[in-house]
Amino acid sequence: MLIIEKDCRRYMLRDAEQSFPDECCGFMFGREEDEDRYVTEVRQVENAKEGDKRRRFEIAPVDYMRAEQYAIANNLTLLGVYHSHPNHPAIASETDRQAAQPFFSYVIISVMNGVFSEIRSWRLNEDHLFEKEPIAHEFISQA
Amino acid sequence: MATVIIPTPLRKFTGNTSRLQIHATNVKETVAELTLNFPDLKKHLLDEQGNIRNFINIFVGNDDIRDLQKENTVVKDDSVVSIIPAIAGGNA
Repeated sequence: MLIIEKDCRRYMLRDAEQSFPDECCGFMFGREEDEDRYVTEVRQVENAKEGDKRRRFEIAPVDYMRAEQYAIANNLTLLGVYHSHPNHPAIASETDRQAAQPFFSYVIISVMNGVFSEIRSWRLNEDHLFEKEPIAHEFISQA
Repeated sequence: MATVIIPTPLRKFTGNTSRLQIHATNVKETVAELTLNFPDLKKHLLDEQGNIRNFINIFVGNDDIRDLQKENTVVKDDSVVSIIPAIAGGNA
């Protein structure tokens, strides 16, 4: 289960809508407890894709490096990446799957005509195929 | 010894260690030492020809080794080597 703090969910949805018709992207930080993952912080990064940002996203290596450094410095776990699918469902594409990393949660936000439609999370299994990861949104950080 | 930062997705292959100390004088030796100590890392870092995979970026300090001397980029005792997976995707 991916448990997303309310403010983090709001932040990601706003980023997805404001970036429309381009894809947005960012990192999710938090902690793991047994089978659950708690997203307590999210950070938007620039979609560095050269070309069609309406259909593709890419995160610059230096932004990734900073995200890892930030997680280590703040005793957080880099849990995964979020991005939006403008005018497409929140279903992981073959492009998403090919580029996906093990361990990470991939949150996809569907935005239809500029308005949030749905949010889903995906994780790779041992066969490098995506499996849907349930999301809970009611979590409010006690920190 | 140089410090190597292992990206979160690959830490399950290094016993959940985020930082490792490696004896090496260049990037090629660094990767060789890493894959020797953690064989499961190999297929994630190197292709069938033993070259660093296209979707793996390696930085020494703040510089991409592709902008330096690639695998021959010098690594010093105080170097921080970051292994960075490419993060990308799209809606179709």
